[in-house]
Amino acid sequence: MVLIKRIFAALITCCASLPLFAGWGDVNMTPGVNALSREIFDLHMTIFWICVVIGALVLGFMVYLIVAFRKKEGDKPAQFDDHPVLEMTWTVLFAVILAVMAIPATFTMIRAYDDAEGDINILITGHQWKWQYEYLEDEVSFFSNLSTDLDQRNNIAPKSDNYLLEVDEPLVIPTNKRIRFLITANDVIHSWWVPDFAVKQDAIPGFINTAWTQVDEEGIFRGQCTELCGQYHGYMPVVVKAVSPEDYELWVNEKKEAKIQQALLTEKLWSTEELYEIGEGVYQTNCVACHQVNGEGLPPVFPALAGSDLVLNDKAKQIEILMEGVQGAAMQSYAEQLSEVDIAAVITYTRKAWGNDASGDGEIVIPKEILDYKNNKL
Amino acid sequence: MSAVIDSHSDDHHHGPAKGITRWLYTTNHKDIGTLYLWFSFLMLFLGGAMAMVIRAELFEPGSQIVSPEFYNQMLTNHGLIMVFGAVMPAFVGLANWIIPMQIGAPDMALPRMNNLSFWILPVAFGILISTFFMEGGGPNFGWTFYAPLSTTYAPPTVTFFIFAVHIMGASSIMGSINIITTILNMRAPGMTFMKMPLFTWTWLITAYLLIAVMPVLAGAVTMMLMDIHFGTSFFNAAGGGDPVLFQHVFWFFGHPEVYIMILPAFGIVSHIIETFSRKPIFGYTSMVYAIASIAILSFIVWAHHMFTVGMPIAGELFFMYTTMLIAIPTGVKVFNWLSTMFKGSISFETPMLFSIAFVALFTIGGLSGLMLAIAPADFQYHDTYFVVAHFHYVLVPGAIFGIIAGVYYWLPKWTGNMYDEVLGKTHFWMSFISVNITFFPMHFVGLAGMPRRIPDYALQFADFNMVISIGAFIFGLTQLLFLFIILKSIFAGKQATSEVWEGAKGLEWTVASPAPYHTFETPPEVK
Amino acid sequence: MKAATKTNLKLVSLVLGMFCFGFALVPIYDVFCEITGLNGKVSGPTITEYDDNFNSREIKILFVTKNNENMAWNFTSEKRILDAETGTAYTVDYTFENPTDYPMVAQAIPSVSPGKGAQYFHKTECFCFEEQLLQPGEKLTMPVRFIIDPDLPDDVPVLTLGYTLFDISESHIKLQASN
Repeated sequence: MVLIKRIFAALITCCASLPLFAGWGDVNMTPGVNALSREIFDLHMTIFWICVVIGALVLGFMVYLIVAFRKKEGDKPAQFDDHPVLEMTWTVLFAVILAVMAIPATFTMIRAYDDAEGDINILITGHQWKWQYEYLEDEVSFFSNLSTDLDQRNNIAPKSDNYLLEVDEPLVIPTNKRIRFLITANDVIHSWWVPDFAVKQDAIPGFINTAWTQVDEEGIFRGQCTELCGQYHGYMPVVVKAVSPEDYELWVNEKKEAKIQQALLTEKLWSTEELYEIGEGVYQTNCVACHQVNGEGLPPVFPALAGSDLVLNDKAKQIEILMEGVQGAAMQSYAEQLSEVDIAAVITYTRKAWGNDASGDGEIVIPKEILDYKNNKL
Repeated sequence: MSAVIDSHSDDHHHGPAKGITRWLYTTNHKDIGTLYLWFSFLMLFLGGAMAMVIRAELFEPGSQIVSPEFYNQMLTNHGLIMVFGAVMPAFVGLANWIIPMQIGAPDMALPRMNNLSFWILPVAFGILISTFFMEGGGPNFGWTFYAPLSTTYAPPTVTFFIFAVHIMGASSIMGSINIITTILNMRAPGMTFMKMPLFTWTWLITAYLLIAVMPVLAGAVTMMLMDIHFGTSFFNAAGGGDPVLFQHVFWFFGHPEVYIMILPAFGIVSHIIETFSRKPIFGYTSMVYAIASIAILSFIVWAHHMFTVGMPIAGELFFMYTTMLIAIPTGVKVFNWLSTMFKGSISFETPMLFSIAFVALFTIGGLSGLMLAIAPADFQYHDTYFVVAHFHYVLVPGAIFGIIAGVYYWLPKWTGNMYDEVLGKTHFWMSFISVNITFFPMHFVGLAGMPRRIPDYALQFADFNMVISIGAFIFGLTQLLFLFIILKSIFAGKQATSEVWEGAKGLEWTVASPAPYHTFETPPEVK
Repeated sequence: MKAATKTNLKLVSLVLGMFCFGFALVPIYDVFCEITGLNGKVSGPTITEYDDNFNSREIKILFVTKNNENMAWNFTSEKRILDAETGTAYTVDYTFENPTDYPMVAQAIPSVSPGKGAQYFHKTECFCFEEQLLQPGEKLTMPVRFIIDPDLPDDVPVLTLGYTLFDISESHIKLQASN
């Protein structure tokens, strides 16, 4: 019954919004927040109205034909079968209309392909299924994961406003600065899209594409990956936060400070509970996609962690897998993506959760061990 | 020419064999046409069932009935099955039935190869579908199977997928060779090229397109196979290859393929509009040239599918201009159809209804295609539901309505009975309304920013997606009515005359209804 | 029948021809990319000489290093940004380190963007021209020497030289086994 009500509500909203264009943003392209996106929006509206007019004329003429020339008693259909002048005329007419559309499109295209220098260069890397952002000038680097939790996706918890369009760490950019994006990928092809910037550029492994934007107003802008990149293609949103240049400076310094703080944290004495708690969060964001909430995985591609001999008894190997990834498998290296604390915590979590505590050696991993591993490598 | 007829003289005077062997060993163009049509109908329901799964998953935000992985398998196989299993075999089936009768030939030029080209199709799709029951599941990388998702990152069953694509390609190539050879060599005396019926014309050009591009597809999947199993690096950047190269090779096949799926429908619709307007087709010559120029242009527009891969601006502009040019011959065709109706005496039987809907809705699909051709605007449209709306408008109310119209038009010739007109009209109105409920809102969600190929979506797309799903369910169910109408006309219905439709022109309307097992054993004279 | 056979032969050769054309697209594409700089592909080592009276101008060069997939090496460039001049030779050092306990083979794939600048990026020496084999724990520093062509169009003020490091140990083992 609730469902039927919802269906009716949906139908009514849609019917109502069509003629009135009440929710213009729900049915049309966004004009976006910079000069280029507005120009593309105007271009879109121009060709849209040209197409609407052509469509209306053709469909209107069809209706006239259907009404005026329906079969009547004793009528004699005409027998002409061509009219060269008329045919030439409309061929030329089509060409003219196309030229009218092509000219502004060409100019917009040229403006979109501007290779001018950027104030800030950001390297964007698509990973299955998250984005990595590296600020080339400021040496800040982080990963951006979907933060919508599984309960919402599985319809257990109510869905938040930005369902599937929210991340743990957005890309932060300053307003009124020219931002240049260098876009590449780590595994398969992804595509980085923020509708408000009119930037959509494929991220291709081994190649670097460029795009740019300049945002006039502060705000949060959301987009998604637009190239099928495997199982969780629908779950790697893009969130960009535009802040004032001053706030941006603050943010960069904070990020740098946090890096130092993070290093200090490895020296701290950690309790099992603390690690378990952090680890659970890390696991929810980074691991559940493949290894599942219950740790059962999706064999044969994604192995189970619950009851796995490796997780139960081989701490050293487990650290190595987290740090280096598994060659030829979906498991990637988390050495760069997660902090020492997070890695230690998530390993601890997997060794304690789902009854692993009882059946394995139950040893925990502290951040220091991860740091030692890193240092030994060097 | 006479030798062709002689080679059949052994089965001249008896009808079809009895039982299953009739279908397994048949070399009769009508039998093979029937087989193709039933096969494509079966595939339509299979691909349609997958579409229903997709729409059920997208009915509401949140995970509904399938996992994201299975969802990807559904959307991949929905695409593959509809393109290679439903639309293409349906056109080949119509070609088999109708072309020999339209040109006054006794059969296809290569009847044994005809049998083979059909019977390898079920094998190909059997292999494709069997991958669902193997470890790793079916293909899950989209019907466009972009590398490296379809190579390094593919499920192990990709090898079976490649094998299946090879067989489908071989079938299409054999079918096309057969059709071209038949049309070029077996026309009745007096039937010059410019007297050929338009359906035959469209198929002649389509067959050339198929012969030109199916081998390229075969090459592409062969390169994939070598990358996966033999250590080559065609599409692998590590070895000096390039994943973007795959897209170029694929779309060099893929874009002509799009026209392969629509050109024969142009032919069908031309016949039907002419018949039911009781007026000769307007601008026959310009129709032929328009089809030919669409076919030629289709080879130089492929990269408009790849505006966002990072092409140099010269490339973007070149492909934008060439793509826009296609609008000219397409517009000519639409205006020719309208001019055919002008001052006619139009009646609205089911085939005509579907044809009029074809012209109207294909125009919408064509106009959204024109919008997509504008490269800078495509940065926003690319890979959103706007694209999904566009190609479904040209393929469902385009290609599939064309096929349905053709089936209603020629059904009395095949079965000897008229179909049930009331049910036919019901089928039309249900399909027409639901197809628009399904695909029109996709324009809106696409423009508002919903990417394609996602199993779950943000809340602002929820209302439209529910409407789309409801439309899709109605459209799906309606096609069961089509099955019933066809079955009914096979077993019962008003006896059809040879002419079937008042004033229908063409050699196929000079033979009895149902068409005898062998027709035009002596070539007719065309004036 | 003869006419039909002729048609068939023609069509079959067309099919074979198009199949070969599919493969021919690979070299055609490579040539096309080199001419147009599509995808930022850059050719092998080049030796360039200029007249003394070229106009040099300032240009910014960004250096990007990426590891593909699970590639475990540490791969870094000496600097990330260089203010350079066209027509002058520069050297930038890259460091490779194999932290694993087994020997590995890697191939670095270069990409220059924007694509239209790629053909003006002349590398006289580059580690990317060959594969790198590193023993466990081995560390190696290798240079890239390059000159930016003074003919570089004025609307390209920044060039990005990206390297993606691919692990090709596996295919290397395969090749060795087959030899």
